[in-house]
Amino acid sequence: MLVSMNWIKDFVNLDGEDLEKLIKRFTLSTAEVEDIFYKGSDVSNVVVGEIISCENHPDSDHLHVLKVDGGDAIYDVVCGAPNARAGIKTAFAKVGGQVGDIKIKPAKLRGVESNGMCCSEKEIGISDNHEGIMELDPSYANGTDIKEIFPIDDVVFEVDNKSLTNRPDLWGHYGMAREFAALTGQKVKELEVMENPYTGDKTVDVEIRNNELCYRYTSVRVENITKTQSLDYMKIRLYYCGTRAINLLADLTNYLMLELGQPMHAFDGTKIGKIVVDTPKENCKFTTLDGIERDITTDTLMIHDGDTPVAVAGIMGGLDSEIKDDTNSLVLESANFDGVSIRKSASRLALRTDASARYEKTLDPEMTMLAVKRFLKLLFDVDQDAQVASLITDVYTKKYPELSVEFDKKFIDRYTGIDISADRIKNTLEALGFETKMDGENFVSKVPTWRATKDVSMKADIVEEITRIYGYDNFEIKTTLSPLLPAKTSKLRIEENAIKDLLVKAYAMNEVHSRIWQDEDDLKAIELEVEDNVKLLGFSENVGVLRNSMMQTLLPFVNKNKNVKPDFSIFEVGRVVLGTNEDGTANERRHLGIVLYSKTETEKTLYFRGVEIVNTIVDQLKHKKATYEKIEMTHAFMHPKNTSSISVKGEKIGTINTMYPKNLAKIAKNASIVMIEIDMDDLLKIEPKALDFKEPSKFPGIDYDLSLVIPEGLRFETIERCWKKGRNNLKDVSVIDVYDNGKVKSVTIRFHFENDERTLTSEEVQEVIDKTLLNLKDINVELKV
Amino acid sequence: MKEKIEVLRQKFQSQMAEVSDDSRLEELRLSFMSKKGAIQDLMKELSQIPNDQKKEAGQLINAFKQEVQSKFDEKKVEIAALAEKLLLDATESYDESMPSACPTGSYHPITLIQRELEDIFESMGFDVEDYNEIVDDYHCFEALNIPKFHPARDMQDTYYLSTPNQLLKSHTSAAQNHIMKKYGPKLKESGRPIRAVFPGRCFRNEAIDACHENTFFQMEGVMIDKDISISNLIYFMKTMLSEVFEKDVTVRLRPGFFPFVEPGFELDIQCLICGGDGCPSCKNSGWLELCPCGMIHPNVLKHGGINTEENPFEYTGFAFGLGLTRLAMMKYGVKDIRVFNEGDINALSQFTSK
Repeated sequence: MLVSMNWIKDFVNLDGEDLEKLIKRFTLSTAEVEDIFYKGSDVSNVVVGEIISCENHPDSDHLHVLKVDGGDAIYDVVCGAPNARAGIKTAFAKVGGQVGDIKIKPAKLRGVESNGMCCSEKEIGISDNHEGIMELDPSYANGTDIKEIFPIDDVVFEVDNKSLTNRPDLWGHYGMAREFAALTGQKVKELEVMENPYTGDKTVDVEIRNNELCYRYTSVRVENITKTQSLDYMKIRLYYCGTRAINLLADLTNYLMLELGQPMHAFDGTKIGKIVVDTPKENCKFTTLDGIERDITTDTLMIHDGDTPVAVAGIMGGLDSEIKDDTNSLVLESANFDGVSIRKSASRLALRTDASARYEKTLDPEMTMLAVKRFLKLLFDVDQDAQVASLITDVYTKKYPELSVEFDKKFIDRYTGIDISADRIKNTLEALGFETKMDGENFVSKVPTWRATKDVSMKADIVEEITRIYGYDNFEIKTTLSPLLPAKTSKLRIEENAIKDLLVKAYAMNEVHSRIWQDEDDLKAIELEVEDNVKLLGFSENVGVLRNSMMQTLLPFVNKNKNVKPDFSIFEVGRVVLGTNEDGTANERRHLGIVLYSKTETEKTLYFRGVEIVNTIVDQLKHKKATYEKIEMTHAFMHPKNTSSISVKGEKIGTINTMYPKNLAKIAKNASIVMIEIDMDDLLKIEPKALDFKEPSKFPGIDYDLSLVIPEGLRFETIERCWKKGRNNLKDVSVIDVYDNGKVKSVTIRFHFENDERTLTSEEVQEVIDKTLLNLKDINVELKV
Repeated sequence: MKEKIEVLRQKFQSQMAEVSDDSRLEELRLSFMSKKGAIQDLMKELSQIPNDQKKEAGQLINAFKQEVQSKFDEKKVEIAALAEKLLLDATESYDESMPSACPTGSYHPITLIQRELEDIFESMGFDVEDYNEIVDDYHCFEALNIPKFHPARDMQDTYYLSTPNQLLKSHTSAAQNHIMKKYGPKLKESGRPIRAVFPGRCFRNEAIDACHENTFFQMEGVMIDKDISISNLIYFMKTMLSEVFEKDVTVRLRPGFFPFVEPGFELDIQCLICGGDGCPSCKNSGWLELCPCGMIHPNVLKHGGINTEENPFEYTGFAFGLGLTRLAMMKYGVKDIRVFNEGDINALSQFTSK
């Protein structure tokens, strides 16, 4: 919103104040100022000039050669304006002066000397009218500085509208002025209004049929309006604040909206009989005054003339009842509507207007009457012949309750942490319009109606009023006095960090972040489909469906990066949704997803790297061993043969798998992919095995190697059952070599025997080995020869 | 004898001169010094020498023997030295400037900034919390004093889900209620103040471009105790942000409206690039809008079970929200927000540190 300081000064005395400083304080105390414009600072040495003569330029078909009386001298001026003619007075910029970016210098235009420039309104910056040069009232003396006639000089600042969302009172200059008053230790002046001079008994017939959505409707009828033009100062202010002057009545409603924040609408008085405020019974079409036909739904509040809709309430009037330049009677609407309903209608119609933007903020219904009286005052300032033709009709259906807040200074001290004097508290609140009674250190503050619609209702709100005007820059700042107690990193975070460190540092992986929903195109690129799951509302089929595996978003990343490097691994800790819980809510899980990609290594090598990574994670975090079991594939991208569950002590924590060949081929030929997905919450639940320190034996151990031929299809974990680690002095078993030529597969296993109290004999070791060999024979495992 | 020794010496010297390795040296040593060697032969001849000359001849032989032995010792050292020199000469001098593989992985920039901030907060006694990405209406809005028809709850900004009353959390504030309920009992029983931060993914329905994302990270923090004041809030924010930016930052507060705080503030820091004089990155204002904060709204404390209807101000507290994604962009000079969620390894692999 644009704010004119000239306008503000109507209501608060800012003589001697540094406006720029004051506006900066406004940012710190009220709302964010985005920009300051110094209007008129680029207009100088422009005076009233009378065109004494006007000849055609000898060398041009549109230029004129003028003699202009600038008060102090007669100037020869070349001018191209179509309305330049002898006898009119205009704005004349003298040599040495400036209008906008133009510095006035003597010049020759097509051979004719020109000393000065006649200006349009646009050129001196007070409107966008550039049709011709200004035509001034002939009563002004030649040579009078234009700035004495028009209030061109002004400081205008722009406030970020977002910072005004909770302040309906700041959507007009009067409310802004109240803030400046408080900031300078004053009270805002009372608004000058006109009491209704009408003495008859006619009213405007107003009926509110929907009093949920319309809180108040105030109206008056005025006739015999003969003037059509607003006063100059008003036009300039409107222009500086971003509104174009149109005609007197339209300008007045706009002016009132910018002044009080109260949107108003003027209907053509001849078009309105009875005003009815209601939502339509059925959907209908309605043409707003911008000429666009709109679809009106039954939840859109409308203003009707009898049964005929004439305006979308609080948003825009209708074309048929629009005020024209020659309208001489009006029915004025100054109403208050439900903010939420207006916002929803505006958004439904995609028609957000200055009026609707204000209503959305929940305006003070008390304003409607004041606005009407102010309107009359401003109208009669211009047009003394106008006649009020009705009583001010006021239907007030929904009044906010009066609000008072009680508090004491101790509360303010505690909440602020500083000492603001009782007098200062009282004065600040009074300046902001809160009638405040002070009894010692106890206060009762009445919340003014313009703050009571939603903004201020309790003690904490009062604290804000006091402190923002006090200024946060003036606060003495202090640390808290809270007791010292330990705060430890959560196990969840420790595990997450440990895994990330391991994957990044030991396995050189790249951590990525992907989105929580599946992307149909990304999946299609690798011949996968969106899997049904919980989804975002309001999106079409297959869009916004949440992932139920990290792979749905990580595999597309692999596909995207396949040409970056021949080998890489990515991982992410993110959320997946595994369908719904019993109560119907989404079953959100924290998952770790890892994808290994290689063009240089075999799938088998990569797969065992994957197993190694899982084993390392489980071992480092839990001092336990991961076990694997082949399972049915649960996603299309999994390989039917190499998909296994990962468990720790019987608790399932995830899966490891290779990729289904068809999808793998879509990413790259001759590449290998291995996927690991671990449920981090399940992993977190597994209790780590405590460290159990054992003194190393002082006696030498014995190693015994066996080379075994492994029959096709036999899993190593079956072979492992043939011996029992930890018994019979068997301290450790490790695989030291694997041989696999495609036909024969053999492994060499080293058995390490050790005893803490004595040196072992080869006989007792041999005994254990023999037993083991017997067990192995039972499962058809033979020694390699 | 003297002559014989001289002949033998000549022979020894000439043969010795040709020796260049250990095996030849040993051969030569054996031919002179062994029991069947030349010197032993001389010793045998001693018996045939007259007795009066025996002593002298014996001394001569012994002297010669010692001389030969010491020559052998010298030669041995000499050969070893030579061999060592040859070995050293033959060793390649390695060129470290040859490009070598450096298999380093990378962290996501959010992980880096999050860890950095978590470290700071932990050092200040804050618990670090984790929270769901899917939340319900109550936690995301109602418990935060955001009324039913507030624009923030509109469909077009928020991702509502097909499950009842659930949505993807639109701000980390959605965790406040959970934090209060988790730590509230300890606050009341043992006076342990609630100090917690909770980073997390947030979602808003936005069209994606270089500056806008629908998925981003925030870190929210709360501090609740008996007498937490605005003065404490300003002190804390200044201290914390100075730590984050590793320099003494100047902060300023201005009124800002958020339904879950009262008073609410927008916190600006003096521009770190121009120091407040005005430059393009602070749009010439000298200040950068950094994070919203404020005193926790009494209704929010009530919803969180911290205060009761009867005593709505028993405990007070403040809350603040940091845009982790934005901080990461500032810190690492990331100009296009899309880097974060589009998984381009070329871009992400640069975030290697820590």
